[in-house]
Amino acid sequence: MGEEMTEATGGIDFEDEEASGVVKKFMFVNRKAPYGTIYALEALEVVLISAAFDQDVSLAFLDDGVYQIVKGQHTKAIDVKNFSPTYRALEGYDIEKLYVEKESLDQRGLTEADLLVDVQVMSSAEMAKMMAEQDIVISF
Amino acid sequence: MLHIVNKSPFENQTLDSCLRVVGNADGDAILLTEDAVFAASKGNTNESKIKAVMGKVKVYALWPDVEARGMQDRVIEGIKMVDYGGFVDLVAEHSNCQSWL
Repeated sequence: MGEEMTEATGGIDFEDEEASGVVKKFMFVNRKAPYGTIYALEALEVVLISAAFDQDVSLAFLDDGVYQIVKGQHTKAIDVKNFSPTYRALEGYDIEKLYVEKESLDQRGLTEADLLVDVQVMSSAEMAKMMAEQDIVISF
Repeated sequence: MLHIVNKSPFENQTLDSCLRVVGNADGDAILLTEDAVFAASKGNTNESKIKAVMGKVKVYALWPDVEARGMQDRVIEGIKMVDYGGFVDLVAEHSNCQSWL
């Protein structure tokens, strides 16, 4: 049985991790504005995929990344899909840890009330601790 | 000359470079497009720079990009909105353009 599984997974043995049900802390760090580059949308795709693996997932929004979750995005005129409603759907995938750096909001004249999802606003120092706690940090 | 800026002022030096040289020739104007429209929002750290240059040159922002990014209700007063047709008009009206890539 063990040998068959190894063969089926291309020589990589997942059996141990599956048996022990390892859950790692994943953080996706979002630092790019939406639409100007593809990073924000790609990050969202990966986050949704990660939701299927029952991991402990969180999203951090820093720098221009905070613009991803600003209310009132209307993209019809630029003919690009408005993916901002998807952030509100993350809750349905049990992704509820959304962290926003206060300093990034302040620099942009934004407040928590300008955001379209419930988030935890924190200082840079608190964000640093949150990052340090993670097993895996994936940056976009 | 029409100066076109399309990068976020928080990620890139292009807005600062543009603001450094702009306004020294007659008929200079600035058009903010794509992620540069964030510079046109109230309360952002570039607001004072934008307001200062508005005394010398006309500043425009591309409305479809403003609206896409949810910035439509927070645009600094005095910045003029243009649509794609207005963008074409600006290019045609000015003797030449510089895109700050």
